[in-house]
Amino acid sequence: MKKVFSYLKPYTFLIILCVLLTFGQAMLDLYLPDLMSDIINYGIVGQSIDEVYKYGGYMMLATVGFIICAALATFIAARVSSGFGRRLRNAIYSKVSKFSLAEYNKLSTSSLITRTTNDVTQVQQLSLMSMRMMIRAPLMCIGSMIMALSKNKELSILFVVVIPLLLLSITLFIKKIVPLFTSLQKCTDKINQVIREKLTGVRVIRAFGTQKYEAERYDKANKDIYEVSISAAYKMSILSPIIMMIINISSIVIVWAGAHLIDAGSMQIGDMLAFIQYAIQVLFSILGVAMIFMIIPRAMVSVKRINEVFETESTIKDNEKIVEITNPGEIEFINASFKYQDSDIDVLSDMNFKISKGETIAIIGATGCGKSTLLNLIMRFFDVTKGEIKVGGVNIKNMSLKQLRDMIGYVPQKAVLFSGTIESNIKYGKQDATYEEMVEAAKISQSFDFIDALDDKFLAPVAQGGTNFSGGQKQRLSIARAIIKKPQIYIFDDSFSALDYETDKKLREALNKNMKDATVIIVAQRVSTVLNADKILFIDDGKIIAQGTHEELYNSCEEYRNVVLSQITEEEAMQNGK
Amino acid sequence: MENNRKNKPHFGPRGMGVADKPKDFSKTLKRLIKYIGGYNKSIIVVVVVLIISTILSVRSPKILGLATTELGNNVIQKMTYTQVQNILNELPQSIKSNIPKDATVNTLIEMKIVPDDVAANLPEASKSVSLSEEPKINFSYIGRILLIVLGLYFLSAIFNYICSRTMAYVSQKVTYNLRQEIDRKLGKLPLRFFDKYTHGEILSRVTNDVDTVSSTLQQAIVQILQSLFSVIGILIMMLSISLSMSGAAVLIIPTSLIFVATVIKVSQKHFIKQQVVLGELNGKVEETYSGNLVISAFNMQEAEISDFEDTNKELYKSGWKSQFLSGLMMPIIDGISNFGYVFICIIGAKLAIEGRMDIGNIQAFMQYTGQFTRPIGQSANMLNLIQGAVAAAERIFEILDEKEEEPDKKNAKKLKNIKGNVVCENVEFSYDEKQELIKDFNLNVKAGDTIAIVGPTGAGKTTIVNLLMRFYEINGGKITIDGVSTKDMTRDDVRAAFSMVLQDTWLFKGSIKDNLKYSKMDATDEEMYNAAKLAHADRFIKALPGGYNFELNEDASNISQGEKQLLTIARAILADSPILILDEATSNVDTRTEEIIQEAMNKLMQGRTSFVIAHRLSTIKNADTILVMEHGRIVERGNHNELLAKNGAYARLYNSQFSDEEE
Repeated sequence: MKKVFSYLKPYTFLIILCVLLTFGQAMLDLYLPDLMSDIINYGIVGQSIDEVYKYGGYMMLATVGFIICAALATFIAARVSSGFGRRLRNAIYSKVSKFSLAEYNKLSTSSLITRTTNDVTQVQQLSLMSMRMMIRAPLMCIGSMIMALSKNKELSILFVVVIPLLLLSITLFIKKIVPLFTSLQKCTDKINQVIREKLTGVRVIRAFGTQKYEAERYDKANKDIYEVSISAAYKMSILSPIIMMIINISSIVIVWAGAHLIDAGSMQIGDMLAFIQYAIQVLFSILGVAMIFMIIPRAMVSVKRINEVFETESTIKDNEKIVEITNPGEIEFINASFKYQDSDIDVLSDMNFKISKGETIAIIGATGCGKSTLLNLIMRFFDVTKGEIKVGGVNIKNMSLKQLRDMIGYVPQKAVLFSGTIESNIKYGKQDATYEEMVEAAKISQSFDFIDALDDKFLAPVAQGGTNFSGGQKQRLSIARAIIKKPQIYIFDDSFSALDYETDKKLREALNKNMKDATVIIVAQRVSTVLNADKILFIDDGKIIAQGTHEELYNSCEEYRNVVLSQITEEEAMQNGK
Repeated sequence: MENNRKNKPHFGPRGMGVADKPKDFSKTLKRLIKYIGGYNKSIIVVVVVLIISTILSVRSPKILGLATTELGNNVIQKMTYTQVQNILNELPQSIKSNIPKDATVNTLIEMKIVPDDVAANLPEASKSVSLSEEPKINFSYIGRILLIVLGLYFLSAIFNYICSRTMAYVSQKVTYNLRQEIDRKLGKLPLRFFDKYTHGEILSRVTNDVDTVSSTLQQAIVQILQSLFSVIGILIMMLSISLSMSGAAVLIIPTSLIFVATVIKVSQKHFIKQQVVLGELNGKVEETYSGNLVISAFNMQEAEISDFEDTNKELYKSGWKSQFLSGLMMPIIDGISNFGYVFICIIGAKLAIEGRMDIGNIQAFMQYTGQFTRPIGQSANMLNLIQGAVAAAERIFEILDEKEEEPDKKNAKKLKNIKGNVVCENVEFSYDEKQELIKDFNLNVKAGDTIAIVGPTGAGKTTIVNLLMRFYEINGGKITIDGVSTKDMTRDDVRAAFSMVLQDTWLFKGSIKDNLKYSKMDATDEEMYNAAKLAHADRFIKALPGGYNFELNEDASNISQGEKQLLTIARAILADSPILILDEATSNVDTRTEEIIQEAMNKLMQGRTSFVIAHRLSTIKNADTILVMEHGRIVERGNHNELLAKNGAYARLYNSQFSDEEE
């Protein structure tokens, strides 16, 4: 719990001030009914207009004080909670930015997103409410209780009965309503799921003519949600009348009991009227306190989730050293193995291979064999658990992450674009690139033609997630982004999958022409993509089964040959490759 | 489809709360009211009950005030009695004996026994006090009053309950009906609609927007009516107590309204800004976290962090301002009402001293003053809620107003024992008027033929599927199955002639059995097992826990992509339709699975007319006709050898795909 709230520390003074102001506000708020009873006691019953002015003046002063306190407290609460949220958000964001893939996998990307957005908003709201309501409600409750007691002790016995009654009805109510809300949530999920399936499967549904069946499924879901929500709403309708009833009956009881006390001469009528006000105040404050108890647990879940982020340390340690690169463009795996933290099985084991400067190496193998992991190891998204990887002749753990990644142009499997423009996306690889460099990168990546066909050309907007471009276009843009960097090493993680064969081929030709000096690593599913590589690594089950040129592997490795022949004819396989 | 999935229009801004403004408020509101109008009996009940309960809750303080007035009078009478008795005690016996037996304080004043200066200070109520016995507190009267008030409170509680219950019923009914209507509407909309908008956008309208409308109906209407009636009722009560005090009270309204309006105006600006920035920030988080690998690989963390901090700073600025201002609203209203309170107290005290008003009435009036300002603060919030609901309703109505598919012909022809001859005659088609895609297209497919559709990504290969299955209507010419135009058949019958296996596998949450039998609801288990075996799916299904009863979760994410594909093939086999539409797998599955899928597809194609969106050379080479597509148009057609000889688009495609001239 400490971590999150430590971001409130700089605001300690302001928070204390806010509490004091809120206290003042509450006290003044409580004092007002007292003054009102004074007006009635001394002014009206005592029949003196001077007393009315005197206490009226006090009331005005109290009101001005009340507004000042309230405004200042609100001001402080708004500044502090927003500032707290801001600091918290910044801290989480920069923390998460340093996370390696392992942490992303552990906490999951979508959960990290909600932790940074919703959870912080929740906690921020909690801090605002704490400063405004949570301090106030108990203060008001205690304060009005004291005031009520000071007016009359005997009448205060009422609280002993009413408060438990109030709490009991709220508790009973919550017990009844919570399971209904849980099942309501389930019904909502269900109907959402049915609709989503109908939308995604609209072609299949119409193809099989199952609209009627789908309509029945939907009707059932709709009926269920209707029934649950109406019974929840009916139950909800009971609460407020009951609470109002309790409060109203209390004031009737006070008048009746008060009349007897007045008759006995132990109470003044003005005190009784004030007592009613305080009693109502006490009961409403208790409602407020009850509400707080409903909110706190929910917000605490968020606090816990944020703390988990703070407590997670990146497994990749950046030593931030700049070292001298002895063999630029060279990559070497020496007995490198990798397994996930909580697993016993190696994802990759005992990898040994070397890629020299300017070579093109292709990695091929079934889904899940560890191809992408191998690439991730080179860029230190994960660290090897055994052995070492050298890039440029230096163990990658000995150089800074920045230096390592600056040498590499990476094209991920899933083409990731950022909202902005085409220009901002291509120049992501090199911020200070010139227009000519950008055009060149676009041409090599075969994206120039479709960019040129757009109304705004390079300034055309890219929506979040690049949803306004097709899969193939996104892939080409993410290739352009890597090309503009002119790195020593290119890494393509199955980056041609969304391209049709013709574009794929043109692209590879253009790349070959322009990347003569660069080292290239390609992961691919298509055999035709890898035929011409200087070296092919055939991986299965985390191990290198065979490495060599296409010809070598085709002749020596049966598994490789099977894969090749499943995609192209024997004759084509024989013709091609080095 | 690849083409028209681009540049999907957005359904308008989707902010939260205040930022969400309807385009045409009054028109949409009227239409929304029509929906509620179906329940006008319930609404009348709500209004009547609300009026009664408002009257009750408004009158109760005044009646309770009667009790305290009586109590106060009794106290004063007691005091006067003691005071007068003291004067009497000091009087000489001679004067005392002159006082009649039934004398009251008034008699003494008239007899000048009570000095004028004392008399002037005696409240009116005490002048009728009898001298013969000490006045008592009138418990029987007070008790009666309290019982009446108790009854009123009780009635008011019951009425409140009836009211919110009825409104809950109405809003849930309206919600249910809206949901039904939307679903039936979706069933009638052409595929064009589903391709035009993203699923997320449609889904959000059907779920979130309906929820918004529903919860607003349930809460806001009652509260707004209640506020309105309360203000009117309280005002009437106040007037009945004192005209001059009411004047002071009424002044509170415009004063608070001016302040509230000013605060809202300023805070709204910041609030909208805050929502916009928050949206931006959340988008940024989503984007950068999902693209984390790329950011790391390009060493852009620091740049992204500072970018984030800038946006965050903006959020902070607009955030604290909007929170401060909206937090200020209640203290201001409270403050103003407190000032009003003091003024009313002063006026009240004056009136009471002058004997023109009693304490009970002052007390009642003060209670009214407190209640008077509450509805004003509430209605500001309520108006925001209503605005949001109307905007949501507007988006729902947009769907309900979409153009529907032409209904099927009434005397539609029914085909029996379809052989699978498909003919396209002078077919014309375009997705939008601007760009004609297919013109004068003729194709004669004999039963059992295989048609391969090839072309680069985005060439519009799915267009053919859309037209054959009447997902989209052709603009000219005709497509016939066994000589009957598809336009003369019902859509369901056209589609029943086809089995479709798309790469975009669609399975729903439920058992594998339900998913397989989806294509033929009345299939026997035996038929299903056979289909699964033919599709090579039987083996993996049996390996799953529960076998055919294994529950797929949403998006079938608990089986692999290849397995999903096999299931859809099995489903198509079970449907046993004479014509096939196949979409060959490309890169999503590994090579071994791909082989199995291909084998299953080959089995499925035996003896059936097949349209294949082909990627594999063997399929293409064996096809009777190859359609080559580019930019949405069919650019070449013929068989493999013919097309190669043409040395056109197909030859280019073929060469790039299966040979590598480089080096």
